[in-house]
Amino acid sequence: MTDRHVFDLTVNGVPRRVEAEPDMPLLYVLRDLMGERETRFGCGDGLCGACTVIVDGRAAEACDLPVSAVAGPVETAASLTGPAGDHPILDALLSRNAGQCGYCLSGIAMRAKAFLEVTPGASRAEIARALDRNLCRCGAHNRILDALEQAAAQMEGTA
Amino acid sequence: MKSVLVRDPLSLFPRIGDWLEPQGARLLVKSGRVELGQGIDAALIRIAAAETGLPHGAIAALPAATHLSPNEGFTAGSLSITVSGLAVRQAAAALRSLAIATAAEIRGCAADALSIRDGHILQTGEDTGLDLLGLAQGLDLSTLVRETPVIDTPRNGAVPDTRPDLRARIAGAPFLQDIAMDGLLHGRVIHPPNVPAQLIAVDEAALAARPGVVKVVRDGAFLGLLTEVEWHAVRAAEWAAAHVTWQYEDNAPDDVRDALRTSNVPPELSLEEGDAPDAGARRVETTASRPYISHGSIGPSAAIALWQKDRLQVWCHSQGIFPLRNAMAEALGLAPESVEITFVPAAGCYGHNGADDAAMDAALLARAVPGRPVRVQWSRADEFGFAASGAAMVVEAEAFLDADGRIAGMVVRPRSAPHMNRPGSGGHPNLRALSLIEGGSPPPVPRDLPLASGGGSDRNAAPLYALPYRKVEKRLVDTLPYRTSSLRALGGFANVLAIEALMDDVAAATGTDPIALRLSHLDDPRAQAVIRTVAGMTGPRPSGGDGRGWGIGFARYKNTAGYCAVLADVTVDEDVSVNRIWSAVDVGEAISPDGVANQIEGGILQALSWTLKEAVPVAAGRVTAQTWDDYPILRFSEVPPVTVTVLDRPDDPPLGAGEAAAGPTAGALSNAVRHALGVRIPDLPLNREMIARTLLRG
Repeated sequence: MTDRHVFDLTVNGVPRRVEAEPDMPLLYVLRDLMGERETRFGCGDGLCGACTVIVDGRAAEACDLPVSAVAGPVETAASLTGPAGDHPILDALLSRNAGQCGYCLSGIAMRAKAFLEVTPGASRAEIARALDRNLCRCGAHNRILDALEQAAAQMEGTA
Repeated sequence: MKSVLVRDPLSLFPRIGDWLEPQGARLLVKSGRVELGQGIDAALIRIAAAETGLPHGAIAALPAATHLSPNEGFTAGSLSITVSGLAVRQAAAALRSLAIATAAEIRGCAADALSIRDGHILQTGEDTGLDLLGLAQGLDLSTLVRETPVIDTPRNGAVPDTRPDLRARIAGAPFLQDIAMDGLLHGRVIHPPNVPAQLIAVDEAALAARPGVVKVVRDGAFLGLLTEVEWHAVRAAEWAAAHVTWQYEDNAPDDVRDALRTSNVPPELSLEEGDAPDAGARRVETTASRPYISHGSIGPSAAIALWQKDRLQVWCHSQGIFPLRNAMAEALGLAPESVEITFVPAAGCYGHNGADDAAMDAALLARAVPGRPVRVQWSRADEFGFAASGAAMVVEAEAFLDADGRIAGMVVRPRSAPHMNRPGSGGHPNLRALSLIEGGSPPPVPRDLPLASGGGSDRNAAPLYALPYRKVEKRLVDTLPYRTSSLRALGGFANVLAIEALMDDVAAATGTDPIALRLSHLDDPRAQAVIRTVAGMTGPRPSGGDGRGWGIGFARYKNTAGYCAVLADVTVDEDVSVNRIWSAVDVGEAISPDGVANQIEGGILQALSWTLKEAVPVAAGRVTAQTWDDYPILRFSEVPPVTVTVLDRPDDPPLGAGEAAAGPTAGALSNAVRHALGVRIPDLPLNREMIARTLLRG
C-alpha cells in the first residue's frame, strides 16, 4: 500500500517498535500508532506548540517532525508523573490551578522542562521568552509563568 | 434591559435524582452544563461537597449527555453558576436533608443531634456507622427538591478550590480527540470556502486511490474521506483540497467595516428612555470598531459519530448538546430520540466554534460506514476558514452635555454582523454541511438575539450610567457572506469599548478625571465599588503623553450580571506594550474565588489579544487565514502582570464571571493608548499599522 519502514524508538524510557511511512510525523506515530495520546494536535504547522515533546533532551514540535528524523529518546507529558511522584513542573501547575482548558499545557510543560533542565534558575522573563512558540488561548499565561518560576527554583535546588 | 430570560431548571427538572446520582462510593453531579475549560465541573463539585458534607474527592461531574442529563440548552451567557449551580446546590441540600431525616429515624434521635463529616454521619460528634452515600442508595430520589424540608446541619468546612480535572488535561488523555474505540476510522471533510457552494469538479476515483483511503463519501457538495490511519487522512485531505473546484459567492466586500458603515439597513430601536436633550446641547462623539475575531481555540474542532441502524451516537464538544441533537435529527431525518449526544471536553471554547459542524460532518461520514465509529478532526485551516468568526462591528456613540458639563444623554448605534448562527437558530438546523448535501437547505437569514436574552449586537449598548436620556439604535447587517456567530461577550465587547471610549472623550472635553466622571454618573453602589477598588490598586499613574498612559474601562455584563472594572498602564512606541493591568470584579457570591479570578485573568488576556493584535483576514467571500502566521495572538513574552481583586459578596446571588472582563479590557486599553498618544485610535486592532494609519489620517 505505502512504503513503510520499521522504527525503533524509546518513549518515556520504554523501547517501542513501529512500522510507519518515514514522513509520518512523530505526533501521529505517538497518538495513532502507539496510543500515547498525552501529546496534543494543535495546528500541524509547528506554530502553536501544543504537540511539543522532548527529543534527545531538546523541545521539538511533534507535528512536523518526521519519524525518520527522530534521533534520540522521546519524552512526553506522561513522563511528568509516575510511581516516584510528580515532576516539579506538574506539581507547580496543579498547585496553582495554572490552566483553564489545559489543552496547551502538555506541550508547555515539555518545552519548560527542556528549557529549565539546561537553564537552571531562569528568570520569569527568560521562561516567557522560551515559551513564545507555545500559544495559550484561555489567558492562563500568568498562572503558568508563576508555576514555572516555582518549578525552576525547585529544580535548581534539587539539581 | 433589566431582565434576562432564564428558564428555571428546577421547574423543568424538579427531582433530586435529576441532578444527583449516588454511584458506589461516589456522588455524580448531573448538570446539563458542559465543561468548556472554564472550570464549571470543579465549581459544581465544590457546591455539592459544601452542601452534602461529602469529601471533595467523592464527588464527580457526569459529562452532559442527551440521554442522561437535564436539558439546559446552551452553556453560554455566563449563566452556568447562576442557574445550574444554584439548582445543584438546592438538590444537594435536599439530598442531605433526606439523609439526615432518615438517619434520625434510624437512630431515634433528633435531627439536630446529627452532623456530617467527610460523608460520615455523626451523633453528638460520635460516628454512627451511617454514611450519606450509603443512605442515599436507599432514598427516594424522585423526591421533589423544592418539597424537601431543608435540615441545616453542621458539615465539612472549607472545600478545596482546585481543578480536579487538570492533571489529566496535562499528563493524560481526557479529550475528545483522545478517545479510543474499536474499529475507529479517521474522517476528514473537504470544505468549500463558504456556504452555500457547488462542487464543480473532483476526481473521486483519484481521491479514493490516495494512500490509505478506504472510502470517499460524496453527497452533493459534501465531500469527505475515511482512512484507518490518521496520517493518511491528513495527507489525502490536503491532496483533495488542492484538487477540487468550488463555486460560491465570491463577489463580496473585503473591507467588512466599510460595508457595515455604509450599509443601508434601516435602524431598529432597541431602547429609548428619558427625555431627549436639547438639539443645541454640546455633543461629544466617538466611534469604535472591531474586525472579525477568530475563536482561536488551540485544538481545532473534532467529533466522533457511530451510526447503527436508525440510531446515531455522537461524542462532541458542542456548547449545546440538546439543541444540536434536535438540529442533527432534523437535518438527517431521524427522530430526536434516535440521536444520542455525549459531551466530551476538548480545547477551550469561547463561543460557537466549529464543534457543532464537525459533529454533523462526522455523522454524514458515519452514515456511509454503519457500525464503525468515525472521528472527524478539523485542521487548523478548517477552523480558521470554516468555523464562524466573532462578528465585526462598528459602533457610533455620542454624548450630550448639559450646561454644567454633566452628561445629559447618550445615543449608541451598533452596526453589526450577526451574533447568532447556532444550531436551531432561525428555525433551521443551521449546520454548515446541511447547505451542501442533496436535498439540504441553505443557511437561514440570521436574526439578532433578543434583549430579553441579553441581546446580540445591542448587548451592553445601553450605558449603565445614570443618565436622563439613553437611546440604542442598532443595525444588523446580514448581507455579508462571511459566517459569524456567538463569541464571548457578543456585542458587549465593542459596545462597551465605544461607551467607555466616549466617557474618556467626555472627560477630556470637560477637563474631568475619567474615574471621577464615571463615579459621578453612576448610582449603583456595586458599580462604584469596583471602580473605586481598581483605582485604589494601582499606586501613582502615569501623567499621559510622551507615549505612556493609563486608561480605565468598566461595565456590568449584560447590565444584569457581573461588575468589572479594568485599569491598564501602557507604553506606545511603534507598538503598544502593556506594562500592567489591574481589575476589580463583583460577581456576587464567588462559589470558587480562584475560579472567578482565573476567568477574569483569562478574559482580560484574551480581550487584550483581540484588542491589540487580532483581525481575521477576508477576501472575495472567504477567510484567507490558514495558519497562526496569518492570525497572530498574544504570546507569553507580551503578557503583562495582571492583578485581580474579587470583591466578596457572600450574601448576593452569583452572577457569572466568564465574559465580564472582555469589554472593560478593551475600553481600558483604548483609553490608555489615547492617554499616551493624545489621539483616539477608533478601529481595532491597536497594532502598529492601525496606529500609523490613524495618525497619518490626522
